[in-house]
Amino acid sequence: MSLEKFMNEAISPWMRHEGPDSDIVLSSRIRLARNFSLEPFPTVAEEGPLEDVLSFMEDNFTNVSFRDYERFQMVKMKDLEPIEKRVLVEKHLISPHLVENAESAATIISENEQVSIMVNEEDHIRIQLYFPGFQLDKALEQTSQLDDWLEEKIDYAFDEERGYLTACPTNVGTGMRASVMMHLPALAITQQMSRMTPAINQLGLVIRGIYGEGSEAVGNLFQISNQITLGKSEEDIVEDLHSVVRQLIEQERKARQTLLNRSPVQLEDRIFRSYGLLKHSRVITSKEAASCLSDLRLGIDLGFIKDIPRTILNELMVLTQPGFLQQYAGEALGAGERDMKRATLIRERINLEDED
Amino acid sequence: MQCQRCQERPATVHLTQVINGKKNEVHLCDQCAKEQGYMNYEEESFSLNDLLSGLFHMEGGKSSELFKENKKPKADLQCPTCGLTYQEFTRSGKFGCATCYETFNERLNPVLKRVHSGNTKHHGKIPKRAGGNLNVRKDIERYKESLHQLIKQEEFEEAAKVRDQIKTLEEELNQGKGGDS
Repeated sequence: MSLEKFMNEAISPWMRHEGPDSDIVLSSRIRLARNFSLEPFPTVAEEGPLEDVLSFMEDNFTNVSFRDYERFQMVKMKDLEPIEKRVLVEKHLISPHLVENAESAATIISENEQVSIMVNEEDHIRIQLYFPGFQLDKALEQTSQLDDWLEEKIDYAFDEERGYLTACPTNVGTGMRASVMMHLPALAITQQMSRMTPAINQLGLVIRGIYGEGSEAVGNLFQISNQITLGKSEEDIVEDLHSVVRQLIEQERKARQTLLNRSPVQLEDRIFRSYGLLKHSRVITSKEAASCLSDLRLGIDLGFIKDIPRTILNELMVLTQPGFLQQYAGEALGAGERDMKRATLIRERINLEDED
Repeated sequence: MQCQRCQERPATVHLTQVINGKKNEVHLCDQCAKEQGYMNYEEESFSLNDLLSGLFHMEGGKSSELFKENKKPKADLQCPTCGLTYQEFTRSGKFGCATCYETFNERLNPVLKRVHSGNTKHHGKIPKRAGGNLNVRKDIERYKESLHQLIKQEEFEEAAKVRDQIKTLEEELNQGKGGDS
């Protein structure tokens, strides 16, 4: 069935595995910004030097494997259709900024899609590595080894005093952005998120919604990451982030328990209403879908709903984004058509589970 | 596209005016646009870049001074490698190459302090090749500290071992230097 095949492409292979604390933490990511020492940064460079960087990366790091990350493939932005680029952004394999630099921008992706090395984004290279669940330490260790392996061939821009030199002063030093994607429905339902934010910010960390604009976090999915990259070691940054995430996990578990104790019927009702909407709607906006998917996932985590895998939230959140919907439909769709297509896709996907 | 007015610089301001159904297009460079009154700093939209570049202007305290016409910032430093000027850097908030860090070094600390909670020095990973002998030098520093500690605690046997390690590393360092030159 074509839907099944497409789904396989929609969620990255590594997302199928569950990691530690994966009832709350969806994924952990480490990103390192690096530059070639002698080439101008993509912020000012002409096509010539950027092409040099691109072909160097292509010659040295495609069709190779690093440990478990096998068969690196280069995907060039100029070879992609606009919808295909959008799909890569929605899968978080590339940044929206990479798409803007189309001419000599590319990404190198491992077969399991855990590794993505963006070439000619704001910096010459942005190495990113994903792990399922809460595995920051492991992600840091592996990313650092991948970084060492790249450095065997690349002359990095590095300064004793300032560290790794980056195009933006906000990344200089370690060049590292560590982040954790969390599903925090109970904290959101009990309206405790705004209480957490100031404390998190004080520690040099930022929390923001992954989907949605402004302070609104559609689907109750949040990303927490470090803001400071200079003056602290990679290990210390990760440790700070680790301890905050650990506390958020505890708070979220407590809030879930409180909801279960105080209003079990209301909670169950909310979960099954959302389940019903997903199963039967004919038209659904991305916002409504996200909020129902969040409830469904909470229902799975709390044991109200069985036989549906947890990863359905990650999967359908990506699958129902505009780029994916259009890729799946094979044509450009207006907003109204997308809402219909989205409802169909979610229905088919959930019924697929029911049949099993 | 060239600026319509000066015919020299590239046009960066594009304006389409429709008056009584008549369309009129204007393409100017920054400077001409300002002189013609098309641009007004207060009215420009505020982006993240502005926020960031705003940090650079706070340096001297009298931030608006820099913006006033006929008042150019001190000396317009220019990076010898990529040609980025300090003024361009403050506008975009982005460096152009690794050498920019040296070129603008003197003016960087206040900016970095603001962005990184008061920090201006790297304390993290050192790359194996690009870091040169920095890794060895840091090791020697660490050993010297523990040597101090051991002597204070009168653990002379251990201290002697550490001293030998320092010696070995220092020799390694000197040999490395000899090999390079």
